[in-house]
Amino acid sequence: MAVKPSPRKTPMREQHPKERIGNFFEVPYGYNEEEAVAEANRCLQCPTKPCVSGCPVEIDIPKFIRKIKERNFAEAARILKMYNNLPAICGRVCPQETQCEAKCVVGKIPNSEPVAIGRLERFAADWEAEHYVESKIDVAPAKHKRVAVVGSGPAGLTAAADLAKRGYEVHIFETLHKPGGVLVYGIPEFRLPKSIVEREVNYIRSLSVRIFLNMPVGKAVPVKDLLQEYHAIFIGVGAGTPKFMGIDGTNLNGVYSANEFLTRVNLMKAYLFPEYDTPVRKGKKVIVVGGGNVAMDAARSALRLGAESVTVVYRRTEQEMPARREEYLHAVEEGIRFYWLTQPIKYVGNEKGEVVGVECISMMLGEPDESGRRRPIPIEDSRFILEADTVIEAIGTEANRFLLSQFNGLKLNKYGYIVVDESTCATSMKKVFAGGDIVTGAATVIEAMGAGKRAAEWIDKFLSGEYDPWK
Amino acid sequence: MNVIRRKRKLASGVYEFLIESPQIVKYSQPGQFVILKLHEKAERIPITIAGKEGDCFRAVVRAVGKSTYELCLAKEGDQIMDVVGPLGRPSEIDLYGNVMLVGGGVGIATLLPIAEALKERGNKLYVVLGGRSKEYVIMLEEFSKLADELIVTTDDGSFGIKGVVTDGMQLFFEKVKIDVSWAVGPTIMMKFCCLKAKEYGVKIWVSLNPIMVDGTGMCGACRVTVDGKIKFACVDGPEFEGSRVDWDELLKRLAQYKKEEEESFKLFAERVGDLSWL
Repeated sequence: MAVKPSPRKTPMREQHPKERIGNFFEVPYGYNEEEAVAEANRCLQCPTKPCVSGCPVEIDIPKFIRKIKERNFAEAARILKMYNNLPAICGRVCPQETQCEAKCVVGKIPNSEPVAIGRLERFAADWEAEHYVESKIDVAPAKHKRVAVVGSGPAGLTAAADLAKRGYEVHIFETLHKPGGVLVYGIPEFRLPKSIVEREVNYIRSLSVRIFLNMPVGKAVPVKDLLQEYHAIFIGVGAGTPKFMGIDGTNLNGVYSANEFLTRVNLMKAYLFPEYDTPVRKGKKVIVVGGGNVAMDAARSALRLGAESVTVVYRRTEQEMPARREEYLHAVEEGIRFYWLTQPIKYVGNEKGEVVGVECISMMLGEPDESGRRRPIPIEDSRFILEADTVIEAIGTEANRFLLSQFNGLKLNKYGYIVVDESTCATSMKKVFAGGDIVTGAATVIEAMGAGKRAAEWIDKFLSGEYDPWK
Repeated sequence: MNVIRRKRKLASGVYEFLIESPQIVKYSQPGQFVILKLHEKAERIPITIAGKEGDCFRAVVRAVGKSTYELCLAKEGDQIMDVVGPLGRPSEIDLYGNVMLVGGGVGIATLLPIAEALKERGNKLYVVLGGRSKEYVIMLEEFSKLADELIVTTDDGSFGIKGVVTDGMQLFFEKVKIDVSWAVGPTIMMKFCCLKAKEYGVKIWVSLNPIMVDGTGMCGACRVTVDGKIKFACVDGPEFEGSRVDWDELLKRLAQYKKEEEESFKLFAERVGDLSWL
């Protein structure tokens, strides 16, 4: 009998917009068992598995979905963890719509949506944690070789877990006081609860990975010591330095980088001030500059802090904005306003040095630029002022100069990112591998994890004498 | 790790701590700082390293807001949850000749390791230390040993010259040719020190203490305008050439969370009671 899948994804229950703008709790509730099984039943179990080719860590997607169909949830989680060390995180923050789900055959059927692979991944990972089942993961016998991992973000955690599974002794060095990198300082609680990050980090610790916090490599741990004491080094420090447009008034009070704003809110829990000591400005009229996921995160956080209005200004249009559709739609539902084709050119301040407005100029789209998107061009005489007491610039990040300057001889490109051999993640320095945003520039969690995975594979080959990228 | 091994009162509301951290002791250089986070709910507070003793580094703290009061209430044997460092760029220590060092308030403590390193390198040190009154001129003994000449100024004239540190600077400038200078203290003091140094065309380094969160170049909270460009005090500093700093902007940025700081302190004071003895 031919299976005829239902055309739409099984809906995921979520907090009502009116309610959720007043709290930082997670927006979607996730599937229950019945919903998960219903969704899993939409999967055709294609023998060609096109979805797998869309996954940067190549999870055997049909296999774990089949286990959900069979209601063997623990096994589904175990299969996921063979490929992905952070499934509950990926199930929440991966851009599935452009990856695995984009390749799903069900999604190619006219008027049909792809299987909700991300939601199923989240379900299996959460089910495992809620039922206190711990996946038995095979760990290879100890190889008596040590690997240092610099940075505990998605790339570092993945590389560390995979190397530990292969029998290496892995030490992670993290500069902040909490492990997780962008997962803890960048992504808000309502999108990725920190308890979930903690849970998955603890899983990685359970593989005997040691995480040293408050350890800035290059300052508290000299690079030459690392090179001496470890057989290989993986750098996964991300691209954490905020970019500013550099327009007049950038240093007015109330003008934030998205990194600062989100670090205060997420890592330092400023939304719980004064119970927590770190404050953040609770703006009434907030302007967010940018059109990516970080801009959506900042805008939605500002709203939850009690803003009367939050306006996103973006120099292109809705079609070109890089934010995930789901995040954008959530933002719209919550009442965030959008000014398309708008570019700030100056921040207006008062005598106390506080921002009171943003002078903007309207744009139109010209010919495509090097990014393939149509280039925004300012329209003359189109200036106007938007009132604001808080501005958050979310226009991207760049390489952190802090650490890389300490690795003498590390080849960087003109943007300051590390040059690597793409297939092996090997850098120009012997024994040193790198991956994630510090190689590619700002990208997604799963892409960083893909790089961490690839690096682990090649570090293993290097340490077992199978391959030497420096010969 | 991170245990307070010794605590000593230097002046009213000013405490010296020796905090155990072999790694900071081993790798820190003059001019660098640490970030302390007392407990789960605490802020990250940047504090300059004011020297070393055994396995401990020295930090001198003045209680001004909730977090610094809380730190000053900590006892010997207490453990600080997170200590990260050393951070920032070290001071540029070289043989310059005649060096003038100006310290005010707890900035005097920051100045001490810089002074020691400069002395060791063979420089002659002309030191100006200032405070509200005699009590607030800390580390006088250490500086007396190090300095080739020392001037103390107090606002109320209870010790040394009645006046401010720039009066002391003036006396040195009139007397000797100064090759380079440092000023560490309250932001407003450093601003005026720079104006004074400018009168005599002498290069002056200052150690900035803007509002900071992560301290590793990630958030941009500590940005200052130097030579018209945005710099991050945590990674590009904390020391900058004072003549290039936009002081008025920095002073305004320091007042950014005044309201929240007052609210936080009020709640804290209600909880812990009278703090005037501190």
